[in-house]
Amino acid sequence: MALLHIDQLHLAMRSFEGEAHVLNGVDLQVNPGEIWGLAGETGCGKSVTGLSVSRLLATPPARYLSGRILFDGQDVLTLNEAAMRRLRGRAISMIFQDPATNLNPVLRVGEQIADVAYQIGRHAPEVLGLDAQASRSQRRHAAQALGIRMLERVGIADAARRARDYPHQFSGGMRQRVLIAMALVGQPRLLIADEPTTALDVTLQAQILALLSDLVRDSGTAVLMITHNLGVVAQICSHVAVMYAGHVVESGRTRDVLKSARHPYTRALLAALPRPGLARGQLANLPGRVPDLIHPPSGCRFAPRCPRATSACSVQTPGTTVLSPTHQVACLYPHEEPA
Amino acid sequence: MTSPLIEVRGVSRRYALARESLWQPRRSLNALDGVSLTVRAGQTLGVVGESGSGKSTLTRCLLGLERVDAGQILYRGEDIALQDAAGRRRHASRMQVVFQDPNASMNPRMTVHDIVAEGMVIHQQDLGLDSAARTARVLVLLDQVGLGRDHLYRHPHELSGGQRQRVCIARALALNPECLILDEPTSALDVSVQAQVLNLLHEMQRSLGLTYVFVSHDLSVVRYLCDEVVVLRRGQVVEAAPTQSLFEHPQNDYTRTLIQSMPDLAF
Repeated sequence: MALLHIDQLHLAMRSFEGEAHVLNGVDLQVNPGEIWGLAGETGCGKSVTGLSVSRLLATPPARYLSGRILFDGQDVLTLNEAAMRRLRGRAISMIFQDPATNLNPVLRVGEQIADVAYQIGRHAPEVLGLDAQASRSQRRHAAQALGIRMLERVGIADAARRARDYPHQFSGGMRQRVLIAMALVGQPRLLIADEPTTALDVTLQAQILALLSDLVRDSGTAVLMITHNLGVVAQICSHVAVMYAGHVVESGRTRDVLKSARHPYTRALLAALPRPGLARGQLANLPGRVPDLIHPPSGCRFAPRCPRATSACSVQTPGTTVLSPTHQVACLYPHEEPA
Repeated sequence: MTSPLIEVRGVSRRYALARESLWQPRRSLNALDGVSLTVRAGQTLGVVGESGSGKSTLTRCLLGLERVDAGQILYRGEDIALQDAAGRRRHASRMQVVFQDPNASMNPRMTVHDIVAEGMVIHQQDLGLDSAARTARVLVLLDQVGLGRDHLYRHPHELSGGQRQRVCIARALALNPECLILDEPTSALDVSVQAQVLNLLHEMQRSLGLTYVFVSHDLSVVRYLCDEVVVLRRGQVVEAAPTQSLFEHPQNDYTRTLIQSMPDLAF
């Protein structure tokens, strides 16, 4: 059984102009040890999907219309807040884009990690290496020690001393390492990383991606990596799901999807990346923009921007075609297999 | 090789750091440390480096927004530090800038028309355009960047990210500049929008004969758009070469690290 199974998830978001159908039947299955990339343009519902899994979306304005999110066989949409809090940080944890806004500027870094470890230790003392009878101060000390060990694991030199520093004394890349350490304290089974390297330089991006994939390979953690950069997907993801306007249009093993992309949208995203040897002015344009989700186009939502669309596309919503066990596409007229 | 438009000769810029102790002298940070480079007319010079390498300080010095502590910046052979007020205004009109984040570089309470026309109002003395002529010019500019009359009286929040960056490009072109400084113009944008903006910049350069200084840490974009590349690290130029030879035969270890860090679609 899949660790995470998002099953036909529909989600609407209330706004001043009306209700926007942000997720329109998202389907995704993630197994332990897999690193899934969730790719697409801004406004395609990538982050909302991630936030739904950890139930961090405020309802209202968000409203779950139908569908299930099965985590380890249990539908997280039916859990109450107390049960969710036990899951978050422990079984499911998250890393966000901007490391500067996700650390408390007036608390020492070590203290912030220790707080997370301490909270987890209340329900799962084995994470701290203690038994259930351990006293509060024992847990506090163990949490502090674990925080320092985690900082060492993410490659922060002289961790015991740096743990007493404040976030502003860390550089951007170091802060992102701290957040990764914090996310991995509870030995999560699913890590949701929302654009973890977008705010970083290329050299740091490469380091952080390598660190992430090393850490999860050792522990068998599944990762949902939200990114708009297909280069990042190619670098560390084992699988990829390309989203457009709240729908997974193509998914499967990274190699299959990126090497023989069949959906016109995936092709367009790949063609928009500058490649070596491309003459200036030759970069393919993807005209138009993500549709208005309050009044989405009928039929295939990509049809208005699609070079291959016919009149059938604006009537019929394409179902998912299974091309191979590791490659699915949702399109009426997918591209042929490249020669 | 075309003639040099801008010559940067041994430019240094120091910033004083906060005092660590009352009794010790202030320490300073060398944001630029003896930087020399040449921008050739009609070409695109890429400036590459990670955060803190001095990219932004260099652009501010080129624009004349920041004085230099040592060295000279020559624009068509004329030292921009020695200009009088009229000369500085002329410099501002021939050298314009497009910033990274279009949301942060436009006044949310101004309309697209006012944003694009603002430079023409400020340079009224030199241009002599009345209000009607300015509006006509704004329409021409919007048309050049692929926007239309229906965008004229909108506010920035009513535009998409790509449209906002187009407005910023139109604003930069309003004074008929010779040279545009592009400070990470696409790093806040999606790849699809990035492709639109990069193609637009290329078209503009071809039709208007513009010179670009393209600042970025995205090497794949730099390789696509630039004729020559300068790699900065800790305020110093570590390597400068034509684009192709820099990517194919990097001479410096740091340049090699940067190139190896590029996300690659090949498996």
